[in-house]
Parts: sequence; structure tokens; C-alpha cells
Amino acid sequence: MKDGNWSGEIAERVRTVPPSGIRRFFELAEEQEDVISLGVGEPDFSAPWGAREAGISSLETGRTSYTANRGKRELREEIARDVRRYGLDYSPEDEIIVTTGVSEGVDLAFRALFDPGDTVAVAQPAYVSYEPGVTFAGAEPLPVPTRAEDEFKLTYDALRDAGAGDADGLIYCYPNNPTGAVMTRDELGEVAEFCRQNDLVVLADEVYADLTYESKHASIATLDGMRERTVVFNGFSKAYAMTGTRLGYALGPSDAVGAMNRIHQYTMLSAPTTAQYMAIEALRRCADEVEEMRQEYNRRRNLVLSRLGEMGIDPFEAKGAFYVFPRVPDGDDETFAEELLKQEEVAVVPGRVFGEGGEGHLRMSYATGMDELKKAMDRIEGFVERNY
Amino acid sequence: MNEEKRRELVEVLADDARRSTDDLARMLDASADDVEKEIEALEDEGVLRGYTAVVDWEEFDDDRAEAYVEVNVSLDRETDYVDIADRIARFPEVTSLTLVSGNYDFGLTVEADSMNDVSAFVSEKVAPVPEITQTVTHFVMDKYKERGFGMGDGDDDERLSVSP
Ligand SMILES: Cc1ncc(COP(=O)(O)O)c(C=O)c1O
Repeated sequence: MKDGNWSGEIAERVRTVPPSGIRRFFELAEEQEDVISLGVGEPDFSAPWGAREAGISSLETGRTSYTANRGKRELREEIARDVRRYGLDYSPEDEIIVTTGVSEGVDLAFRALFDPGDTVAVAQPAYVSYEPGVTFAGAEPLPVPTRAEDEFKLTYDALRDAGAGDADGLIYCYPNNPTGAVMTRDELGEVAEFCRQNDLVVLADEVYADLTYESKHASIATLDGMRERTVVFNGFSKAYAMTGTRLGYALGPSDAVGAMNRIHQYTMLSAPTTAQYMAIEALRRCADEVEEMRQEYNRRRNLVLSRLGEMGIDPFEAKGAFYVFPRVPDGDDETFAEELLKQEEVAVVPGRVFGEGGEGHLRMSYATGMDELKKAMDRIEGFVERNY
Repeated sequence: MNEEKRRELVEVLADDARRSTDDLARMLDASADDVEKEIEALEDEGVLRGYTAVVDWEEFDDDRAEAYVEVNVSLDRETDYVDIADRIARFPEVTSLTLVSGNYDFGLTVEADSMNDVSAFVSEKVAPVPEITQTVTHFVMDKYKERGFGMGDGDDDERLSVSP
């Protein structure tokens, strides 16, 4: 290092990853006073009081030490019980690991399962962390665009056309951030077939599983021949409105989870203890609150979809998470988003920041109270009338 | 409207009765016409009894007084709970009246312009009812939550305005 200049010291795989496009919009939004934000990727609710209370009493009784590397046994047992709702069956002993958010889980999987030179197919548009995560792990990301015509579902053809047949792994999230797309069991069938044929490991980010509105969530790990090649990720951030408590988990064959734990035990020791106490309570007694939040999201979704439809904007019927991903009238998502922010002080995120296939769309989050949401829709309506 | 939607309509109204019919229709993925008809039906059936605002009178600088009054009664062959309830409920000062289990029979909420008025009302109108054997009045000193609404300062939204 010369004269305190670090530029030569930063690792190449870090230097070459550009800052997230989300960041730029955050900065633009911060410059304005009365922004109504539909740009938020986390719930507007607080965690169920029961879960918060459990965190408080764990602190009162002095539960502030590390836990077992894989997470408290009690919590892993509750997780094992809970995921049976989706037909998932994993042993608390060696097939479940509790992580510091889904974020850590996904990062562990990238590092534990892929070597430098390996390729990981990334279904897009997608949550912005996958591509950088693959790069940080030393592997190569391969974008697999999905299309509006397919309702942003991942298909056999999309995987084949992107050249994912040569990849070593695939990561996707359904219900999807940013599109709100969900995939049924049948539709997952062709993805599963592709992955079996081409021997791909699947990383299924199912963090929005509970926020599915018109059908029950389906996990690819429940399809024939898929459990042994899949790691499923889920957590408490979205359904339980616990983003800040940082807790998630991964489910997978013991070899995969064991390898992930090898890294986790050295780099994290254990996920946050207070959060684990909250999560135990969340799984035991907070299902009603989760259901209430889900219903409220659904009503907001209905409201947003019909308002957009009335404006003549093709909303594309998002069926999960808390996002809609409408198409911009003239296809220029960036200008729409910037002008909407400037003229109407409504923040949305241009689809292109979520990777290939996102351009021309906007991510609007309905994790915002009904009154604000209505105000935002009124403003968007005026904006569209004036500009398009 | 199916039973599930009907229930949801009631729940949404219970949460906020000020929404427009159009918004209710959008939220429930129903037609405005259906919503309108269903609300009328629910009113006719007595499911929806009225619509009102939750007011923090203190914020409005209106220092009215409120009290919970426990009431004990003794029944006889001719008089039952409903007869007594009917008689008390008619007073406009009584804003709610419930029959409860436990140490007393009725719990009522009484509202008036001042504590004196509340006391006078209880001693002059409630206590003298022949079947009523005892009243205990608890004045409300501060209110933290009413019908689901917290009366403190709202929570600030601390989320970043744009996030992944
Ligand atoms: C698809 C997806 N996966 C993972 C995460 C991060 O989850 P966690 O808070 O559990 O790290 C997010 C958060 O926005 C997300 O949208």
C-alpha cells in the first residue's frame, strides 16, 4: 500500500462488482421531502408482539450467549415442524442450519458448494444480491432472463437458451422479488427436469413462501429427485416482519448443510441469540398474525392491481411477495421512475436494476399502509395522464 | 358475495369504516355494486350497527369525563337482566353496557361533561333503580388504547425509503 491509498489493495472480485442500482435510487429519494415510497423491500408491519416479547424476556433472563453453531435445537425442531406445511421434511439434527438472515445462508451456499471457475445460473429479474454473491465466492454468475410473456416464471426454454445446461448450479426466488411472480408445482416441474438432466444444484430462495395469495406455495425440493440436489432458504424477515432481527435458515441434504456449517462455525459461530428466541415464539404462536398480515397485503395488492389497470397500465398479475412489476407505457423504466420521483414524489424502482428481463418495468412495493398507497396511486394516475 | 368475502368485508369495515365503496371493491376484488348491496344487507341484518370515529378528545382539548361503573343487581321473578339493561341503556350518558361474569353483573361506560356530572348521573339515575344493589365508579384517568387504536404518538417509519 502506498501513502494510505487502498485502490491497489481491494480484491479484484470486490472492485469489479458495481454498486447496486437500488442505492442510486435511495439517494435520489433521500433528496426529497415528502416522498411516498413504494420502493421499500421490507414489511411496514412490526414483528408480532409475541415474538418481540419473547426476545425481551430472553434478555431479561440473561440469554445472551452463543448458541450451537447450527442454531438452538428447539428452534431447529420448530422449523422442521413448520416446513412440513409445504411437504418439506428435514432432520433438525443435520439437515437444518439457522443463519443470520437468508442473506448469510445464500452466501454460505455459494461458498460451500462452488469452486472458482464454476458457473451459477441466476434467474432474473431477481433480488440484487445473487450475482455479486456468486462473484464474491469466486464463481461466475450466468444471468437467465425470464420474460413478461411467461409472467416472469422460469422455464425450461429460458434455462436452455441462456446456456444454463453447462452451469453447476441455479439460484432463483419464487415468490419473486421484484416481479411478484409465483410458480406452481407443475411449472416447477420443467425447471426440475432441466436441473436433473444437466446435473445442477438448486438454491431455492423461498423467503416469500408465506406471502402467496392465490395458491399454496410449492417448493421444488418436494419434486421427484430434487430433494437431494436442492438447498431451500427461508427466514423470518418477510412473513414475520423481522428484517432487522436477521434470522433465516437453510434446509438441505446433510452433506450440503454440513459444508455450509463448516464455514458458518468459523465465520459466524451462531446466528443472533435474541433473534432465535423470537423465532421460536414466532413459529409456535404467531401464525394468526402472519395470516392477518398476508390478508392485508392481499387487499393492497388487489387495490394496486385494479388502480393500475384503470390507468391503462398493464400490471401483470403479481401473485406473491409484496411487489407488482408493471410495464412502463413507453418502456423507459428509468425515466419514468426518475420523473415520478421528481414530479410526484413517489419512489419506485426501475426494473432494470434487478437484472436481465427487468428493463421496461417498475417494481412497486405495497408494503405501505393503505392510505399512503392510495395517495401514491392518485399521484401516479395524474403523472401518467400528464406524461403518457 | 361468498361467505369468505362477506367476512372480509366486515373485518375491513371494522378496521376502517371510512373507505369508499370503490376502494373496498378494489381491495376485495369485487364489484362496487356487490359491495354496496352487501353492506346494505349487513345493515339490515343488524351485523353492522353503526359507524363512528375513534376520537382522542384530549387532543381536541375537550376535557369530558368518563368512568367505568360496576353494577350489581338482584333479580326477582318479574325482572331479568334484559329489563334492567334496557332501562339503563336508554340514557345517552351510557356509551356501552355489558353483562359480565365475575364479581359484578353489569359493566357500563359513562361519559359526561365533567366528573361531577358523571357522579351525579350515577347517583341520581343508576343507583336508584330498585334492582340495583351496588355501584362502584372508576374514573378514567388516562387512555392508552381504544378500539384497537393506540392513543400515544404514532410509530415512526424508520425503514430506508428504497431498499432491495
Ligand atoms: C428474495 C430475497 N431473498 C433474501 C432476502 C434477504 O433476506 P434476509 O433478511 O433473511 O437476509 C431478501 C430481502 O429483501 C429478498 O427479497
